[in-house]
This record gives sequence, C-alpha cells and structure tokens, in this order.
Amino acid sequence: MPGDHLVDIRNLEFAYGARKILTGINMTMERGQVVAIMGGSGCGKTTLLKLISGMLRPTSGEVLVNGEAVHRMDTDGLARHRRKLGVLFQFGALFTDLSVFDNVAFPLREHTDLPEELIRDLVLLKLHSVGLRGAHALMPHQLSGGMARRVALARAIALDPGLVLFDEPFTGLDPISLTVTGNLIRRLTDTLGLTSVVVTHDVAESLKIVDRVFFVADGRIAASGTPDEVRHTTDDFVHQFIYGEEDGPMRFHFPGGSMQADFGLGRGRA
Amino acid sequence: MLKPLLSGFSHIGRQVIDGTWRLGYATRFFLLVLLRSGLSFTRFGLVVRKVYFSGVLSLIIIIVSGLFVGMVLGLQGYETLVRYGSAEALGTLVALSLVRELGPVVSALLFASRAGSAITAEIGLMKATEQLSAMEVMAVDPIARVVGPHFWGAVISMPLLASLFSAVGVFGGYLIGVVLIGVDDGAFWSQMQAAVDFRHDILNGIIKSAVFGVAVAAIATFEGYDAPPTAEGVSGATTRTVVTSALAILALDFVLTAFMFTGQ
Repeated sequence: MPGDHLVDIRNLEFAYGARKILTGINMTMERGQVVAIMGGSGCGKTTLLKLISGMLRPTSGEVLVNGEAVHRMDTDGLARHRRKLGVLFQFGALFTDLSVFDNVAFPLREHTDLPEELIRDLVLLKLHSVGLRGAHALMPHQLSGGMARRVALARAIALDPGLVLFDEPFTGLDPISLTVTGNLIRRLTDTLGLTSVVVTHDVAESLKIVDRVFFVADGRIAASGTPDEVRHTTDDFVHQFIYGEEDGPMRFHFPGGSMQADFGLGRGRA
Repeated sequence: MLKPLLSGFSHIGRQVIDGTWRLGYATRFFLLVLLRSGLSFTRFGLVVRKVYFSGVLSLIIIIVSGLFVGMVLGLQGYETLVRYGSAEALGTLVALSLVRELGPVVSALLFASRAGSAITAEIGLMKATEQLSAMEVMAVDPIARVVGPHFWGAVISMPLLASLFSAVGVFGGYLIGVVLIGVDDGAFWSQMQAAVDFRHDILNGIIKSAVFGVAVAAIATFEGYDAPPTAEGVSGATTRTVVTSALAILALDFVLTAFMFTGQ
C-alpha cells in the first residue's frame, strides 16, 4: 500500500550502454523518514537519485514513488511527479542571474498563479526556515557554499514537496555548516512531514540524522539498516566504510593491468 | 602500404558519419526549440530581457564598427570614383555596399562574436553547474524557459543591429566624403535616394540579416546546450559557435545574394 512506502524500488538494473552501474537493487523508503544512500565514489548513488526523479530510466525493474511507476511516466506524468519532488544538487545549482529571493520564488512563479504579495510571504517563510531570510536580496555569488545549499534547500521545498532528494549535501562544507545543514535536513523532514533521501559519503554526520542507511557497492545494495545496526555490523564492507579503514573489500587501486606489464618488470629493462 | 590507406579512409568515413549525425541532432534540436517557443511569446518579458542581453549589449561594437566601415568606404570609394569623374556617386556606393552586403554580413559576424559566444557560454555554464538539470527536476522545460528566449532574443536583435550598422555606416561615409573631402552635400544624398530601392535593397538586406540571426541563434544555443559540462567543453563550444557562425553567415550570404541581386 502506498501509505507505508513512499519509494519502492524493485529488481532495478541500470547500465550506461554496455557499462552496468546498478544490479538487482531492491529498496523501500518509508514516509517521514530520512534515508541515507552511502557508498564509494562512482558506485551509482547519484544514478539512484536520477532514477527516482525520472531523469533516467532503468534498463529493467521498477521505480515506484507514491505507488506510481516513475519509469513508465510520459512527459506530463513526469512533470506532475516532479512538482511533488524537491531536489538539492551537490553545489546548490542556484540560478546565477537571479537573486536569492528570485531563486526561491522561481518554482512558485513557474507553477502557480499566486499573487506577488503571497509569493513574497511564502519565499520569506521558506528562507526563514533555513535561517536566511535576511539574505533574500543577495546574489548567489555573494553566498558561501553552506549558504548556497541552504538557499537551494529553501527552493527545493518551495512547493511543499512530499519527497526531497539530496545529492551530496555535505560535500565541501566546514564543520559548522555541515552540522547546520544536517540538523536542517532532520528538522525540516520532521516539521514539514517530508521524506528525505540523502546521498552522501559523510558517515559521521549522516548517522546522526538518518533513520535508515543503504550501502551501495559494486552496483548492489551491500547492506542496510538503522544507524545503530550499521555501527555494530559484522559486514566487512560496511565496517571498512564506516570506520574509514584502508584495508578491506573496497580496494584503493582501480582495476588495471599487472604491475609487471605496466612497468616492464621482468623483461630486463635497464 | 594498404593498411594506412584504409585507415585514412576509415577516419574520413568516421568523420563524415559523426558530422552527419551531429547535423541531424542539431536540426532536431532546432525544431524542438521552434516547437517549444510558445512560452517565449506568452511571457514576452523573457525575450525582451534576452534582446537586452544580445542586442543592447552589442550596441557599442556595432556602432563603432559601422562608423569605421562607413568611413573606410567613403575614403576608398572616393579614391576610385574620382578617377572616373563621378565622385557625386559616393553616396550611392556607400549606401548600396552597406545596405546590401556589409551591413548584414559584418554586423552578423560581430554579433556572432559578441552575443553568440555569450549565449553559448551562458547556456553551457548553466549546464555545467547543473542549473538546467535543476530546472528540469522542477518540471520546468529548459528548452522553453532558457533556450527559446535566447533564440528569439537573438533573432529579433540581429536585423535591428544590422539596420543600425548600415545607418551609422552611411553617416561615416558622409563624414569622410562630404565633411572632410568636400563632395557635394546635395549630390551625395540625392543620388543615394535615387539609387537605393526600399524593397530591392533595404528589405532584402533586412531579410538577409534576419536569416543570419536565425543561423547564429540556432548555432549558439545548440552549442551551449550540447557543450560537455566542463571548463574545456564550454570553451570549445564557444569557439565552435564563432567559427561555425562565421562560415554559415558567409555561405548563406553567397546563396542569398545569388537569389536576391543577380539577373536584374
């Protein structure tokens, strides 16, 4: 029943041409939760977000959001789906020719016929919720990385979506901005009744705010559970990832030819 | 012996296939822009802002270049015409050269360098910084919201800039021919008025510049939208816009001139 799971991914496979990215992915995300998707760089985490938002279509399998199959939606269906969705990009993706106010007002002006006075109040409310009401007149180039992401978050929740997707929201932030952003995600999820999906590498910050974690490795779900469960896991990959250990199933070296072949060893090179 | 030859042929073949594929892709993009241009007309303010971006910001280079081209035409034209005792025809020479050829062509080349490259860079950077993707996931079509207004802004700006270029050029020719050299004022203007036909010369010049405007706008928006999302990708796309636009303008000019001004 759609009431239990907002996002339901079943037997998902995805490939860019011949290169397989995701295989046999099954995951469900419950309403009102903050869910983290973790894994090494290039493991397919962001691809999962793109599949949920309908920017990519799976090679096979199903992506259901609110009981509706995103991968089978036509252009109008996708537009309806995306109006109920907020996406926060890695570096905010604010429109650089618009002020902070106009960035947050953008989805309201594009999708509603609300009078400008009401849009003004709504925008200031959204900016207030991320602590940046006072910055409404600034341009994006005047913001720090953390502030830009908070403005992007205000823009992402401008239309009161049910689901918000965060792509690496903690990358490149100083410790204070990192904690502020993490707490903000948790607080907005609880107060606005959102469901948040956070793609991240940041173990320490994410485990403080999420309800459930999925670990992706080699294109598969390697493990999942609550933060407590994953902290005490016996799974080698998850243990290595959480504690940042050098030795483990995740290799430092990218697969390639043998050392002998690449350095010409054993051929009597002078 | 045969292997390098075959490899050469295969390389040329690959280039031809890639070029044809890209031309088809660009044509499809162009048709898509036209198809999704509704928003540009229902919210004309978006286009007006792009007319400012492409047209108004190009005014300085167009006016200064037009003035100098007109002055050079005045100087060179006088030097030639005076040998045949027809210096009074200077006005006709300057006006016809500008209105038929130099106005549309030179202003289009300048427009491609100034505004075309700026359009490509803006759209390319919006893509590289995920602004177009952000729009897409907000259920806002980037082709309708960003590309369409840029395209129509450039198409509207081009004939206006070309007309201004020609007008300023005629003034430059007047400054050199009449004010500096001393060609008869009345002869300069009256011969020009008698020789320049509105439909045949001025209107055809405007049509030419409109066609160049469509070409530059289509190339600039396509290159920006198709640019790889890296610094190198955007810089390469900007260069391609200027080079491809210049070649397209010169080729189209030859074809249009052949249709408009020959056999009469």
